[in-house]
Amino acid sequence: MQDFSDKWVPTNRVIKWIEDRLPILGLIYSSFIAFRVPRNINYWWTFGAVLLVMLVIQIITGLFLAMGYVPGTATAFDSVVHIDRNVNYGELIRSMHANGASFFFIAAYFHILRGMYYGSYKAPREILWIVGVIMYFIMMGTAFLGYSIVWGQMSAAAATVITSVFKAVPLVGETLYEYAMGGYAVGNPTVIRFYALHFLLPFILVGFTIIHVWALHVVANNNPAGVEIRTRRDTLPFWPYMILKDLVMVGIVLFIYAFVVFFLPRALGHAINYIPADLTVSPDHIAPEWYFGPFFTILRAIDNTMVGIIAMFGAVGILVFMPWLDRSPVKSARYRPVYRFFFLTWVFSALVLGWLATKSTDGSGVFAWIAHIVSGSPVDEGCYKLLAQLATAWYFAFFFPILPIVSLLEKPKPVPASIAEDAVAHLPKVKTPPQAPIVQSQQD
Amino acid sequence: MTDNPHDDNPRRRDFLYIATGVVGAAGVCAGAWPFISALGPDAETIANGAPVDVNLEPIAEGQIAKVLWRGRLVFIRHRTAEEIQKAKDLPVSAQLDPQEDSLRVKEGHEEWLVVFGNCTHLGCVLLGHEGQHGGWSCPCHGSEFDTSGRVTRGPAPSNLPVPDYVFLDGGTSIRIGVSSPDQTV
Ligand code: HEM
Ligand code: FES
Repeated sequence: MQDFSDKWVPTNRVIKWIEDRLPILGLIYSSFIAFRVPRNINYWWTFGAVLLVMLVIQIITGLFLAMGYVPGTATAFDSVVHIDRNVNYGELIRSMHANGASFFFIAAYFHILRGMYYGSYKAPREILWIVGVIMYFIMMGTAFLGYSIVWGQMSAAAATVITSVFKAVPLVGETLYEYAMGGYAVGNPTVIRFYALHFLLPFILVGFTIIHVWALHVVANNNPAGVEIRTRRDTLPFWPYMILKDLVMVGIVLFIYAFVVFFLPRALGHAINYIPADLTVSPDHIAPEWYFGPFFTILRAIDNTMVGIIAMFGAVGILVFMPWLDRSPVKSARYRPVYRFFFLTWVFSALVLGWLATKSTDGSGVFAWIAHIVSGSPVDEGCYKLLAQLATAWYFAFFFPILPIVSLLEKPKPVPASIAEDAVAHLPKVKTPPQAPIVQSQQD
Repeated sequence: MTDNPHDDNPRRRDFLYIATGVVGAAGVCAGAWPFISALGPDAETIANGAPVDVNLEPIAEGQIAKVLWRGRLVFIRHRTAEEIQKAKDLPVSAQLDPQEDSLRVKEGHEEWLVVFGNCTHLGCVLLGHEGQHGGWSCPCHGSEFDTSGRVTRGPAPSNLPVPDYVFLDGGTSIRIGVSSPDQTV
């Protein structure tokens, strides 16, 4: 892409001396101050900044938790309770970390949905998109590991259920499982290595963040109109326009986050995780944290274990193929009413899947519904199971075959000729006739 | 490399390149080995995984005892005459992974059923004396097992595995983790 940004010319002699040897300040200047963003991007573009802030919060609070946490089946749970009860502000720091994961995922979901709605996965942003999917996988792994190392009852259940994935691998499953667990079952070595990995992965995520931003700065931001930058007039500099907009959303999210951390610290968790892990009993009802809900329901909706596991990971993995499943040359769903309709039904199916994670889904679905309709028996586990299967089917059907078919058959509405034109068309309507300069003042 | 005009002996060059690469790859493998091996069960875990002896005398008829062997949950079920009969009578059509009850217990000790206690679906701990056949049911996704530990309702795909074990002292105790009485380790 053509580069429209201002160049930085240091005047101070010392800075110039440094800059001639390591142009790091110039890199920062060009990446976060002069970098040009499309002038029409809306608040959906601020969640990347929220994600960055949440990552930093997780790393800092995690570091402080690590100073009190002692991994291992004999010590983990007690040390977490010790942090809660004895460490100064330990309960606050732990609440920040546990709820921070939730807000991290909220931001990630908004960020991903933004990309799907406005077509940010399409050329030339495929690699940027795929790096994002990889980061999302790492995030999920990190949160799973973090939840497991608390070593409460639900931690143990999560660790047992998820690690049985290794056993399902044909032929080498049993050996793979023993090497992953460090024993014959989830046990002391498992908790210790989970902790080591939980500490490591966020820093891998930092590395991927740099790659993600690098890729972004090569291809530039997409925007609500879904047309590419052509002239400098299509853009605004990152500072102050984007930074301040980002900070507004960061402020809003942190406000809600603080409210939850202070006043609802346990609302998103399961009470049963305050019982120390015991591998000889399972909790009556197993449910993951809300952000894994849809994937957990997909796993349970499918009776064949191996297929269920593949579907659970495939539900995220399939995002990688979106750039090629969608054949439409138009990016933004604004101009693709049919795509938009199906996209919204897909979001709905994901929400239904998430809601079903809080329900038992057992038995034979169709018969349960027939019984419900014919004899008025209550909507029970069997009914939920059928819903789970239908929602799972719809979740995947959106990607294939709906996405390729819609993108080939749909006739999109006309797209704006340029970002500038779109931005001007969306200027706020002013009641008194506007004085001419309003449009001009937008020119940066 | 072979089209390098200064290279008067291309075959010798090729050999050296490939040989160097092979040595390097072997070095990387050798270097990786200790790390991969370190992930496996350590000596302490293996030692703790030695066979365990369980005294059967305190387990009353109808009771299910839980023991841990190698960190894995094992159920020792003292079956009642009725439960044994039910297991023998279970039709193949009700089984998802058909198997004779006699293959899952030791001859002459039909009252003792020894099985791993985690659901074969995703590993939840099973609840005893539950389900349609009075064996076990799974609190997670509703799988059911009969009084022989055979799956009678999915999503669990297979029967509860039977660990290696032998009867000792004329049948008053068992040793889990060995397949013959004189086996050491
Ligand atoms: C991507 C960033 C991270 C995410 C999503 C994440 C997520 C989580 C979650 C969900 C828990 C369980 C919370 C609970 O129920 O109490 C947890 C616990 C923990 N995390 Fe993290 N974490 C992240 C980064 C870190 C880092 C960088 C460290 C260390 C420097 C760390 C150290 C810990 C410790 C010691 C615990 C156990 C104590 C506790 O439960 O409060 N985490 N993490
Ligand atoms: S773990 Fe038992 S039915 Fe799924």
